[in-house]
Amino acid sequence: MKSLPVSFKGLSLKNNRSSNRYTVSHVPSPFRVMVRKEIADHIRSWRLIVMVSLVLITFVVAMYVSLSGISNATSNLSDPDHTFLYLKLLTVTDNVVPPFHVFVSFLGPLLGISLGFDAINTEQSNGTLVRIMAQPVYRDNFLLSKFMSAGMVVTVFFTSLILLMVGGGLLFTGVRIEPQEVLRIFTFTFFSIIYVAFWLALSILLSVRLKQGAAAALTAIGIWIFLTVFYQLLVKLLVRAILPADPGMLSQEQIIGYNNMILDLLRIAPSQLYTDATTTLLMPSVRSLGPVSMEDMAGAVPAPLPFKESLMIVWPQVSGLVAATTVCFAWSYYLFMRREIRS
Amino acid sequence: MLQMNDPIIQLKGLTKCYGKKKAVNGLDLAIRRGEIFGLLGPNGAGKTTTILMMLGLTEPTEGTAYVCGFNATREPIAVKRTVGYMPDSVGFYDSMTALENLLYIGRLNGLPEHEVKTRATETLALVGLAGDMNRSTSTFSRGMKQRLGLADVLIKKPAVIILDEPTLGIDPAGVREFLTLIRQLSRQHGITVLISSHHLHHVQQICDRVGIFVNGKLEVEGNIDTLSGNLLDREGYSTTVTLVRPIIQPWPLMPIFSELDAVKEVSVQNNCLTFFCTRDITPSIVRLLVENGCDITGVHQKDYSLDDIYQKYFENNVAENTTHEKPASFLQRTFFKEQP
Repeated sequence: MKSLPVSFKGLSLKNNRSSNRYTVSHVPSPFRVMVRKEIADHIRSWRLIVMVSLVLITFVVAMYVSLSGISNATSNLSDPDHTFLYLKLLTVTDNVVPPFHVFVSFLGPLLGISLGFDAINTEQSNGTLVRIMAQPVYRDNFLLSKFMSAGMVVTVFFTSLILLMVGGGLLFTGVRIEPQEVLRIFTFTFFSIIYVAFWLALSILLSVRLKQGAAAALTAIGIWIFLTVFYQLLVKLLVRAILPADPGMLSQEQIIGYNNMILDLLRIAPSQLYTDATTTLLMPSVRSLGPVSMEDMAGAVPAPLPFKESLMIVWPQVSGLVAATTVCFAWSYYLFMRREIRS
Repeated sequence: MLQMNDPIIQLKGLTKCYGKKKAVNGLDLAIRRGEIFGLLGPNGAGKTTTILMMLGLTEPTEGTAYVCGFNATREPIAVKRTVGYMPDSVGFYDSMTALENLLYIGRLNGLPEHEVKTRATETLALVGLAGDMNRSTSTFSRGMKQRLGLADVLIKKPAVIILDEPTLGIDPAGVREFLTLIRQLSRQHGITVLISSHHLHHVQQICDRVGIFVNGKLEVEGNIDTLSGNLLDREGYSTTVTLVRPIIQPWPLMPIFSELDAVKEVSVQNNCLTFFCTRDITPSIVRLLVENGCDITGVHQKDYSLDDIYQKYFENNVAENTTHEKPASFLQRTFFKEQP
């Protein structure tokens, strides 16, 4: 990495020279060129079209169900959240079709995996990796362009979906959107993007590590299925093994302690973190993610929390997701930077 | 900075180990500006590894590679800006056309947007792909891909071109055309060219100098005439005689021939006799054989081409490792020795 300053000097010299010669034209950096190419590739790929249609269909179904139940939900005065129409649009269900954020917690990983599982290994086996690496570009730029391009595609996709939802809601109901709702909905979008980004980073890591695209895809899907289905079963088994047989013997503090332990174990799975974070944000009356004691409940007024308080509750979850994403990306960076590139 | 007379590529004690195996072992090499250098060697000799180290695509275990005055491990970007590299199995994005593939490479090299398109079309015309520039590269034949690979290299106007097995899998006419193009470019623009290959005849046509590279070591370097002269002096002359019937071992006539003072060695194999001599004594060998009642079907006197030069050095190397091996098995051995 010692070469960085020197090479940068060379680069800037070159740019100066070229800007003297061509005063009008602008030379985009190799990184921008790569990101542009990757985005174009994603948009034209069948895989993205299929995944996007899948998410789109679930979105439309979830919206249809919530729109048909919206009048009941908003007139239910016993619900402290009944004034937040747009948050209700995202959370109301008929108990048959789950709300949109549950769909995302399920389809998000698939979307991330499908965008990243062949990022590096397919380029290597096609012989294009060595061809690109023989050009004057930094290796990390290549890896970063893979992550950024897929991340940008996901960002644009989710943002347009949410804006569509808000716009559709405005048209159908004519109700003004509260500033707090705007904040909550966009933070929800941001969390969804981070959640997908985690799976993207994981699948890119596997694509660096595993030589075959299919192997990387299957491994990523395996990890996903393990974390969403088997991990919870495993935690339940473990709890049954170590927990005292009769809960009646325990004091209240002990029960709360065990409960927190179970929740912490479950929160190793990213889908649990995402579900925790989104439910808290989309339902302002949720005030705690763990068990609440009677003393805590005694003085509480059943009212929605301000946005900042909800955000504080889920801050650990968000940090966890961002940290997991960073670890995956840093690991793939470590594996990729010093490895030999051969076709 | 690099002086005009300094070698443009300089390798000093370059070593690369994969585990315990030394793929490249203390390689010293200097290539001058404008030269066409052929790096010859069997598969797995370490040619590609050497090239990768020159481009900073893999780190040398020891030693340094200087290309255009830059240390290839420390400043790979500066090296790659002036060096065009064509890998042995060059791949393209199949979803894009030939022109788009080339434009991408041009943009990565920082060509300004208004210039990149004209430059790409010119380069494609130069390598003879002007008519196919809007076709998807998935429909390209091996030869066309190779040309497009050359266009990739040329679009950045390099000072050095490194070609890894450029003639692999192209038909003979294509090879000649390809090599003529490279020679032309090198002569017209003073581009230094490094070609790695095991196709000796191809390299023979255009190289100023060759280096023979076996098991990670540069056995010999120089131009082809010097190498050939060296070999004749060292190895002398050899005559191969083919008989009608297979020869029984040990050959009863062996003492007669061994006593001739010009004969260094006689090797017997099936119905072939090979005489290694210090002088050309083919007529007397034939006469002696006829007098002893052998029926001759063919006589062949060996003249040294690059092929033999290469094989000789290569054989020497194998002989060092396994002195008592039958010569027939050396080919098999080379295949076993291939690097993954």
